[in-house]
Amino acid sequence: MTHAVSETPPDVQSTSPQPDPLVLYGQAFASRLLLGTSRYPSPAVLQAAVRLAQPAMLTASLRRQNLGASDSAHNTFWNLLTELNVPVLPNTAGCHSPQEALTTAHMAREVFATPWIKLELIGDDYTLQPDTLRLVDVADRLIKDGFKVLPYCTDDLVLCQRLVDVGCQAVMPWAAPIGTGKGPLNPYALRTLRERLDVPILVDAGLGVPSHACQVMEWGLDGVLLNTAVALAQDPVGMAQAFAWATRAGRSAFLSGAMPEQHSAQPSTPVLGTPFWHHT
Amino acid sequence: MNSPSTRVFINAKPCTLACPATLADAVAWLGIQPPFAAAVNLQFVPKHLYAQTVLKNADAIDLIAPVTGG
Repeated sequence: MTHAVSETPPDVQSTSPQPDPLVLYGQAFASRLLLGTSRYPSPAVLQAAVRLAQPAMLTASLRRQNLGASDSAHNTFWNLLTELNVPVLPNTAGCHSPQEALTTAHMAREVFATPWIKLELIGDDYTLQPDTLRLVDVADRLIKDGFKVLPYCTDDLVLCQRLVDVGCQAVMPWAAPIGTGKGPLNPYALRTLRERLDVPILVDAGLGVPSHACQVMEWGLDGVLLNTAVALAQDPVGMAQAFAWATRAGRSAFLSGAMPEQHSAQPSTPVLGTPFWHHT
Repeated sequence: MNSPSTRVFINAKPCTLACPATLADAVAWLGIQPPFAAAVNLQFVPKHLYAQTVLKNADAIDLIAPVTGG
C-alpha cells in the first residue's frame, strides 16, 4: 500500500516564518542572539555551542601577552574564530578610564579588522556597573572615529537616550550585573526603554536561564548577549541551543501580540449549550 | 664603556633596548606573533608606524593579542 504524501502541505507553507533580521547600523543579522566566547570548558565545547546556537556575533577581547608565554592559547582561539566565520564583536572589557577604552578600541579595530566595538567602561569593580557619567563622551568620540559602537550600559532611560543622541544606533543595557544570572532585575526600566527608544536594544549581561531571554524578547527588546549562562551550564552546548530557541520563541511571541491580561476567569470552552445545566 | 640604552616597560616588565630603540625593536624583543596591536603610553600606534616610533626612557609599551571575551 502506498501513501500519497504532499511534500509541502499548503497550510504549513502559508505559516512559514517571514524573515525578521536584527538590523544594527544598517547590517542585517539572521540571529538575535550574540554569544560570548569566555569561560567555556574547552575550545571544542565553545565551537560546538557556536555551531548549534548560530549567533549573530561572537564577542572577543584583547590582553597582554607576556615574554615566554606560550603562543598556543591565543593562536588556538584566533584559529577557532577564523574557522567559525561568525562576525566578531571585540570588547573593551576591563577598561576603567576613557583613554583606556579609546586605545583598546583602536587596537581591537586593527587586530580584528572590524569597526564594531562593544564599549565597556567600568565604573565599579564590585558590580561591574558601567561608568555612566563618562560613557557617553567615549561613545561620541568612537563614533566620530568611525566605529560602530554597541555600548554596554545600565537600563537608565536618560543615559540610553544620550547614547542615541551622540549616534549609537543600538544600546546594550544590562538585565543584572555581569555573570550573576539573576535575570531582569528591573522589568519596568527595560520595558520603558522599549517604549521610549526607536533603536535596537540588546540585553547584555545578567541573564541566567533561557526563560530570561524569552521574557525580555517578549517585551519587544531586540536581542540578547550571553556568555556565562551558556559557558557555565553543565552542558554548554545544550544550553546554547536552549537560549537560541528561547530567543526565537520570545521574538515570535512579541510579533504575534499577547492576549490582554484579565482579572477574572473566562471559560475557554463555550458556555452556551452546556449539558445538565438548568436554570433555577 | 657601556653603549647607550633605553629602559622601557613592555607589558609592565622592565626591559633595556639598545639606543635608539623603536617600537619595532620592542616587538622583536617580546617575540609576539601576529595578530597583535601596540600602544605606547596609552596611545595606540598603528603597525605601519612601529619602525618610526622612537622610544624614550620609561615609556610604557603594551602589546596585546586576541583572547576570549564576553
